[in-house]
Amino acid sequence: MSDTPPALLLDGAGFARAGWSVSIDLSVAAGEWLALIGPSGAGKSTLLDMVAGFLPLDRGRILVSGEDVTRTLPAARPLSIVFQDNNLFPDLTAAQNVALGIAPNRRMTREERQAVTEGLEAVGLAGKGERRPHELSGGERQRVALARAFLRRRPLLCLDEPFASLGPALRLEMLETLDRLRRSFTQTPLTILMVTHHPEDARAFADRIAFLDEGRIGEIGPVERMLGADAPEEVARYLGAWRTGRNIG
Amino acid sequence: MGMRSRKGGDGIRAAASATSVGDGAKTHAGGGLRLGADTDRLWRLSLGLLAALALAGFVAGGFVLLLAGTGAELPVASILGDGYLRGVVFFTLEQAALSTLISVLAAIPLAAALHRARFRGRTSVLRIFLLPQALPVLVGALAIITVWGRNGVVSDLGAALGLPRFSIYGLEGILLAHAFFNIPLAARLMIAALDAVPRESWRLAGQLSFSPLTTFRLVEWPAIRRALPAAASLVFMLCATSFTIVLVLGGGPGATTLEVAIYQTLRYEFDPGRAVALSLLQIALTALVLTLATRLGSAEAGDFGLGGTARRHDTPSRWRSLFDLAVLFAGLLFILSPFVAILVAGLKADLVRLLTEPAVLDALVTSLWVSLSSGTLAIFLSVAILLGVEALASAERRAVIASAIPRRGLEITASLVLVVPPVVLGAGWFLGLRQVTNVFAAAPYVVVLTNMAMAVPFAVRILGPALQDAHLRSEKLADSLGMSGLSRFRLLDWPALRRPMGLAFALSVAISLGDLGAIALFGNREFTTLPYLLYQRMGSYRTEDAAGLALILGVVCLALIWFAERSSSLGARS
Repeated sequence: MSDTPPALLLDGAGFARAGWSVSIDLSVAAGEWLALIGPSGAGKSTLLDMVAGFLPLDRGRILVSGEDVTRTLPAARPLSIVFQDNNLFPDLTAAQNVALGIAPNRRMTREERQAVTEGLEAVGLAGKGERRPHELSGGERQRVALARAFLRRRPLLCLDEPFASLGPALRLEMLETLDRLRRSFTQTPLTILMVTHHPEDARAFADRIAFLDEGRIGEIGPVERMLGADAPEEVARYLGAWRTGRNIG
Repeated sequence: MGMRSRKGGDGIRAAASATSVGDGAKTHAGGGLRLGADTDRLWRLSLGLLAALALAGFVAGGFVLLLAGTGAELPVASILGDGYLRGVVFFTLEQAALSTLISVLAAIPLAAALHRARFRGRTSVLRIFLLPQALPVLVGALAIITVWGRNGVVSDLGAALGLPRFSIYGLEGILLAHAFFNIPLAARLMIAALDAVPRESWRLAGQLSFSPLTTFRLVEWPAIRRALPAAASLVFMLCATSFTIVLVLGGGPGATTLEVAIYQTLRYEFDPGRAVALSLLQIALTALVLTLATRLGSAEAGDFGLGGTARRHDTPSRWRSLFDLAVLFAGLLFILSPFVAILVAGLKADLVRLLTEPAVLDALVTSLWVSLSSGTLAIFLSVAILLGVEALASAERRAVIASAIPRRGLEITASLVLVVPPVVLGAGWFLGLRQVTNVFAAAPYVVVLTNMAMAVPFAVRILGPALQDAHLRSEKLADSLGMSGLSRFRLLDWPALRRPMGLAFALSVAISLGDLGAIALFGNREFTTLPYLLYQRMGSYRTEDAAGLALILGVVCLALIWFAERSSSLGARS
């Protein structure tokens, strides 16, 4: 495994704006599930924007599977992204929205049509392909977005607080779906980069947690350590309220 | 002043009105009005109602005088049977429909190109497309003649190529001028709609590598389509009531709209009966169009934003770049050429002589005091009406009153002048005052008030949203701190109003400075504004003078709007 390049490598990647700067060094192994936590404004979403190519870098580089994508357009980067909201085009049906993942600019073939149907089944939306976004619940809409992301078979999946607007039970259900779909990636393992402000989302499924603070990666480590009793001090301070709440409950 | 302490706060209003509010606060005289123990809101409501009544009184007053002027002898049957009138109505609708079609169709590619093209100087290009709206209509009309007229650049160019010179006067000229003023307006509404597209959609378009066509089909067109009803109805409304352009470029038997016919009937033929008939037709028509327009969706015409803030991630495409370049070039050429024409022709005129000529100086001074007083009055009225609107909106939020009708009523009053256009308003006062006094002695007052009424809908639209935001955000806080009276205005309303007020005032002044509609009926040797003087010089074929005056008037209005827009957007940024 040692000669396999990391699925994602950020090498001093960052930029500076008036009074604010970001600089990230991060290496994510292939098949790893990394959760990004940290206070708001710490740069979690900014990190994802840089990886996806929505924010051009001022310095440093970004490598995906060993390939330098620093100057690559968003469309050409080997990754998919799911946002917290507005993942679907309101005028298209669920199936059409999923289809954009494989054939955005042309008609689909019969096989591709079949793949869309199966993709919707895999996220538990069998038979709902003809519905439009406004006829779906918030959770169902995010499932459609997940189905599209998986259909693209890109080796890196970026999730920008995708379940933040869902309730606890629904969030767990979505994470389970995500975990199940991840296992379906057999040839090239799927790497997941997930921004969340619910540490419990990370506890059940993620491999490692990176704690961001003021545009830097403050701490990074396995879930057990980062959320455990001997967590680094600044992480423990950030998690304070949450952990106290846990203990009382 | 215990009654001002607002103990009966929002959430507990029902309880507070049932039990007496602690501290032995006495219910004040207004308690019976169910607005609760809030003296402030009552004051604001009274102020708003008073302002609305004054405005409605002036607008409706002209109309009532108009009806009274002819008494019972309104020739309904002959109006309906009058072929000339039918022709005028038909032409009014025809030119408005064609102007709307042209403006909206041309605005679609322009808006799309302006929104997606990224190049150095893009903000300046966007600003250029705002220029026509700050330009007095008469100046714009003259500029269109200079470029497209019989002796204009286009005509010369065509003649050199062996093409016949075409006439600018008539339907073609009217459509051209309406396109000049309304394409940018429609494009701006569409760009605002494109800016409202969620950020994620542009990112998805980039991530999923949409082609230009797919991006248009899935992202741009749905946004533009949402802006279409508002854009089309606004443009139709403006063209159906367009006075100056039709007066200058049309006016012949086959190319007269209702507004111009009213003016001609009063100024040249003096046939009050027919003027009344035409006015009634005009009011019925605008009321109908306005009703349809509000059904179709309201246009945020008061929004002077530049747009283009969305960050897009389009996959580069050579064809799209070429297309955008061609569209932007054609658009810039069409919009900029009249400005260049004004500048070139105006600089040829003897500006020094013009600026020392007593008639010009007199008109300049008159224009300044008329526009400054009407602008000031318009701001005072608008703020008063808006304070009333917010008092009612707050009462609705707290479920003190169940119906939104009173608030809607106030809001509609502010826009009354859209139904009773300036020329009709002027016609009413013209005919009414004629019976009691010398019309021309009263002229300044009528013109100032008419200009004020014209500006109020725009000022309300610029100031309203800011005030509404402030009240939604801070009203409960102000209530809980017991702010009242002047300190409430200073801390709650003024910070919200301050920034857009400069823009609203500048726009109100510019509307009056450039207006020909109200002055056209009332202008005379003793009372001449710049546009009126310009129109006279155009009519007596003193082309050089006209070009010079147009330059002066245009520069003043553009500078005014430019400064106001700059200061308000700079303020918003800091």
